[in-house]
Amino acid sequence: MIHFDNICKRYPGGHEALSNVSFHLPRGEMAYLTGHSGAGKSTLLKLIALIERPSRGNLVLDGINLSSVGNNKVPYIRRNIGIIFQNHHLLYDRTVFDNVALPLIIAGFQHREIGSRVRAALDQVGLLNKEKSAPITLSGGEQQRVGIARAIVHKPGLLLADEPTGNLDPELSKEIMELFARFNDVGVTVLIASHDLDLIKQMGSAVISLNQGEVSRNDLARGELADG
Amino acid sequence: MAKSDANQLAKSSPIRAWAINHLRTLIASLGAMTRQPAASLMTVAVIAIALALPAGMFVLLNNASHVSVGWDNSAQISVFLKSKVSEKQAKKLMGKLRLYDDINNVSLINKSQALDEFKEISGFGGAIEALGGNPLPHVLTVEPKIDANRPDKIRHLLKRLNQQKQVELAQLDLQWVKRLFAMLDIAQRAIWVIASLLGIAVLLVVGNTIRLDIQNRREEIEVTKLIGGTNAFIRRPFLYTGLWYGIGGGLLAWLLTSLSIGLLDNSVTHLASLYNSGFQVQGLSFSEGMSMIGFSCFLGLGGSWIAVGKHLSEIEPS
Repeated sequence: MIHFDNICKRYPGGHEALSNVSFHLPRGEMAYLTGHSGAGKSTLLKLIALIERPSRGNLVLDGINLSSVGNNKVPYIRRNIGIIFQNHHLLYDRTVFDNVALPLIIAGFQHREIGSRVRAALDQVGLLNKEKSAPITLSGGEQQRVGIARAIVHKPGLLLADEPTGNLDPELSKEIMELFARFNDVGVTVLIASHDLDLIKQMGSAVISLNQGEVSRNDLARGELADG
Repeated sequence: MAKSDANQLAKSSPIRAWAINHLRTLIASLGAMTRQPAASLMTVAVIAIALALPAGMFVLLNNASHVSVGWDNSAQISVFLKSKVSEKQAKKLMGKLRLYDDINNVSLINKSQALDEFKEISGFGGAIEALGGNPLPHVLTVEPKIDANRPDKIRHLLKRLNQQKQVELAQLDLQWVKRLFAMLDIAQRAIWVIASLLGIAVLLVVGNTIRLDIQNRREEIEVTKLIGGTNAFIRRPFLYTGLWYGIGGGLLAWLLTSLSIGLLDNSVTHLASLYNSGFQVQGLSFSEGMSMIGFSCFLGLGGSWIAVGKHLSEIEPS
């Protein structure tokens, strides 16, 4: 699903966020991306979501070489990725329902279809009774779950999460991680950046560690996969 | 991948999806405007005033040329006959002139009749009686057929009238009508210049409003780009907002113009009645109003297009 092949990312100003990163995340797998802050976790996710482009190396996503993708193709590639952010990125001028419906509206789903899919997504994250609420009235954990519902509502093949539990207490964090594991159970490829090593150990999925822009541990390469 | 293939089936056909998206955005952008009624109304009012001003001038100019066209048609050639020509000869000439195909009608003012009229109007009755005889000649008033496309025709007629041996002088005073037309022409050009400048102002007003709108919705634009919204999808609500501003501005401009003309109407009718004229001010016709709205839509769409083209590409998720 995701192939990193000697990827380097150098930002303007000379800071090299990633150097010679190579790994392969097969379809249907789930992996955690760990490392200290500044190790390059966010940069790695941004490269997959085409928010940034690699300075060097080959990045292949679902058979498409992202280095050669034109800007006009970027939206269509993003439509097969669900992205979850630490700070939710919800739109506070509309209801929970409208937030979750956004990917479906972009893809041009019919009205009736949107209703049933949004409710199914909200049901999966346990927020079915909150569809008419304003996001600002929800707790941090609930807002994060709205963000997750938005990321999965259009059934993308790949889920990316950047510190999804960054602001949550341990119990809520575990719930969120288990939610991701459930999506992985139904075949979604999942890559989660997190620095919560204790929690990751509990979850038991493959880990890719970054240290100063280089891969320092890669469970996927060593074939030490926990059951995906 | 298999999953997204299954997704495709649940989706509408591309054309249907496109149409649904457009309709949805069209209504949503109107909804967004009505949620900020004061701000939207102000923008619409600025557009309306900027459009109503040249439209009002256009209406006035149009009316002015209607009035003057009336004058032009009533142009008469006064044919002064030589003083020795008798009334009988004058009548004979009148009969002959009536056969010309570039003459509508001829009438005779005989000299005694003219003298009585002159005495009555001028108040010089006593002085004229002191002269003894009647110094006035018989006069034929000729109503020429006016062909607006052939101004030289009337000059030709004038020349022929002057060549008649009984005729002392035939004269047509159209000079002032020509001057009036020249002035109207200048006024029309001035209105076009003003209208163009105000049109550019509308373009800028809409462009600036949309630019602020884009800045306010920066977060929404970033999120939409992140979850796969194309530039066209993101552009659409702003373009429709511009279109709505155009429609609203055009309608209000029509209303403003009609109201202003309505206010003038009574005074003009009164003035016209003093001139024994049934003249009435004509407002914007339906097609003129519709083309004003069309022009307004064009400006609204154009203004937002400029703003969107300039500012939307600057916003990328990071």
